Amino acid sequence: MSSSTRVTRALGVSALLALAVNAWWGLSLSPPDKVQGQLVRILYVHPAVATMCYAGFGLCALGSIAWLWPRTRSPRWDRLAVAGAEVGAVFCAATLITGSIWGRATWGVWWTWDARLTLTALLFAESLGYLALRRAVDNPHSRALVSSVVALLMALTVVLDHYATAWFATLHQHTTLFKPNPTIHGWQLVTMCWSFVAFGLVFAWMAVHRFRLEALEERYETEGYLTALESRRAEGQALPAVPEGDRVLAGSTTSAARVEPSS
Amino acid sequence: MWRDAALVAGKDLRIEGRAKVAVNQVAPYALVVLLLFGFAFDQDKPLLVQAAPGLYWMAVLFSGLLAVQRSFSLESADAAMDALRLSRLEPAGVFLGKVAAVAAQLLLLEVLLALGVVVLFQSRLSGAALLAASAAVSTAGVAAAGVVYGALCTGLRARETLLPLLLAPVLAPVVLAATEAWRSALGLSRGDGWHWLALLGCFAAVYLAGGAVGFGALMEET
Amino acid sequence: MVLSARLRSAVALAGRYPVLAGADLDVRAGEVLVVRGPNGAGKTSLLRVLAGLLPLSSGEAEVLGLDPSADARSLRPLVGLLGHKNGLYDELTTEQNVRFVARAARRDVDVVPAALERLGFGQRLRQAPAGKLSAGQRRRLALACVLAKGPLLWLLDEPHAGLDAEHRELLDGLLREVAADGCSVVLASHEHRATAVLADRVVNMAGGVVLDGVLPLGLSRGSQGDPVGGGPVQAGPVQAGPVEAGPVEAGPVQAGVGEAQSVA
Repeated sequence: MSSSTRVTRALGVSALLALAVNAWWGLSLSPPDKVQGQLVRILYVHPAVATMCYAGFGLCALGSIAWLWPRTRSPRWDRLAVAGAEVGAVFCAATLITGSIWGRATWGVWWTWDARLTLTALLFAESLGYLALRRAVDNPHSRALVSSVVALLMALTVVLDHYATAWFATLHQHTTLFKPNPTIHGWQLVTMCWSFVAFGLVFAWMAVHRFRLEALEERYETEGYLTALESRRAEGQALPAVPEGDRVLAGSTTSAARVEPSS
Repeated sequence: MWRDAALVAGKDLRIEGRAKVAVNQVAPYALVVLLLFGFAFDQDKPLLVQAAPGLYWMAVLFSGLLAVQRSFSLESADAAMDALRLSRLEPAGVFLGKVAAVAAQLLLLEVLLALGVVVLFQSRLSGAALLAASAAVSTAGVAAAGVVYGALCTGLRARETLLPLLLAPVLAPVVLAATEAWRSALGLSRGDGWHWLALLGCFAAVYLAGGAVGFGALMEET
Repeated sequence: MVLSARLRSAVALAGRYPVLAGADLDVRAGEVLVVRGPNGAGKTSLLRVLAGLLPLSSGEAEVLGLDPSADARSLRPLVGLLGHKNGLYDELTTEQNVRFVARAARRDVDVVPAALERLGFGQRLRQAPAGKLSAGQRRRLALACVLAKGPLLWLLDEPHAGLDAEHRELLDGLLREVAADGCSVVLASHEHRATAVLADRVVNMAGGVVLDGVLPLGLSRGSQGDPVGGGPVQAGPVQAGPVEAGPVEAGPVQAGVGEAQSVA
């Protein structure tokens, strides 16, 4: 049993190819920027990675809300939530790292106390807390419930984080692509758009695998459930039902029940 | 609901009155934290005065974590949580009662800490209305969020370490907003402290309402 | 229906482990039912299911006419549970502990002195913090809390643990009285001899199932008019010479049944 199918294999291959194309276009085909020089190349990684981080926590929030809503409650949504959170955490770490590199090159510091950066770091801490919480709860229902509550809070941080550049005076660069007159053109624009496709494919590949892995784990647990029931019942048969010394006393009191023993 | 809240708060405070954990342990700890901040800043007085509101609220955050842990270790030490679940108490009442008890202890600690800041860092207190209002509202927020997460972590493995990991990021906005409100009240910044007070109010309202509604479900999962 | 609880194929999980692996059990109103079994047989879990604290993952359950999973919030106040732990607050005094339970159960605080009295707490011990009590005294205090709550179904997990001979008798007397009032008592124990005297019926558990928990059809389906399907028969006084409890207590048992039903 594995979490891959023909579709996910195709998805994986195309994700890797797309990344290679992204690297090729980003590193050699697109020209240096007039203002930012070679640094522009980080635009082909960082915004896309950060967007995938949001997408991950977005999936997590979606799954959690759908699980919390009684009419749509199903283990599938919890699986979606964990897949989103885990992939989101990976991309969140990548966002912090690439952002830090960019910061060192443009602002001269690895880290600065800026609303966007701080909130992203906070989001990363929250996602680690979320994953730690999931590991601490055994019961699937309880796990889904408590982690959904925490996931809603992460979603709040994502929203704050997204609007941080607009609401607070921050150093962080504003949105590059989605505005009426983009300041980048030609190969730069193409490459940047392509980076979203490439990292989107990577994201989808990872999320699908994580989702399916969770499903497999549940299946393993359900199949294990019957075995566990069997072996639990067998525990009893290994022992004498009534200890020898008590037969005299117990015999009288259980006689009526023994007329029709439970099957 | 209010009757249940009063019953639970009374019980928690009566226990605290006898055990005196907040007074004998948490308060000295918070003062030690203040002292350590002093060492960390190498007794640079102007810097300490500048940073005093932030350090103060960090100390409150640390004490708040301890108060919340204590509030739930009371219930889990001898499985009293089961008795609460089997009682006729409304979950919202239990929640509000626990929040009230934690908040009462925190307010006491805050008064002590404020004295500590004045004595140790030689801060001058001013803007009493804003100071008191923001302290009261942030205390409600810290207590409400703390009790929500305390309930969430009850009965889990490694809850002692999981609670700070989950709760600290949640309380970050409170520390930020309360610090800014205090900086404004003490004349350390020109920002409008009352805006930050509004943010604190929103935080407290969200957690109080959310906790009152969801506490029943959280109590189930322990 | 004269059953105060009925479980069929009840499966309950602790994490992934099936603590109950398809348990069947009938509990009649007004009986003292002793559940025996080795450690890890599932006795505690059985009590928690009956209390509405542990939801079933499959199977059927009905306790006091309610579904312990769906109507847990209605069922729980009607149930008194004494677990392995006592559920006491160490810093509160004996009296304050019982008073909190009584008020949380919305009962008049007049029941507090009576409950303490019944469990043998003199004036001196009432003002002592629960943390200072001995293990046996704490057990008694926890029982006083159950009594002050006034439940219809008593679920007791090893209630005799730590009690001296005198207080064991006191407890047995109390439980007989409670059963005579129409309440049911389910008592989990591995102390066979201590509980045999008390039991109206004994069932055995092992491996998460109750080996003999189901009553014969005629008994479990007894109608209102049926004199409780012959409760005393179950007590089996014929063979058990030393057991005097059975027939003596039988009368009041039936008198109380109607009361329990009206609530259920």
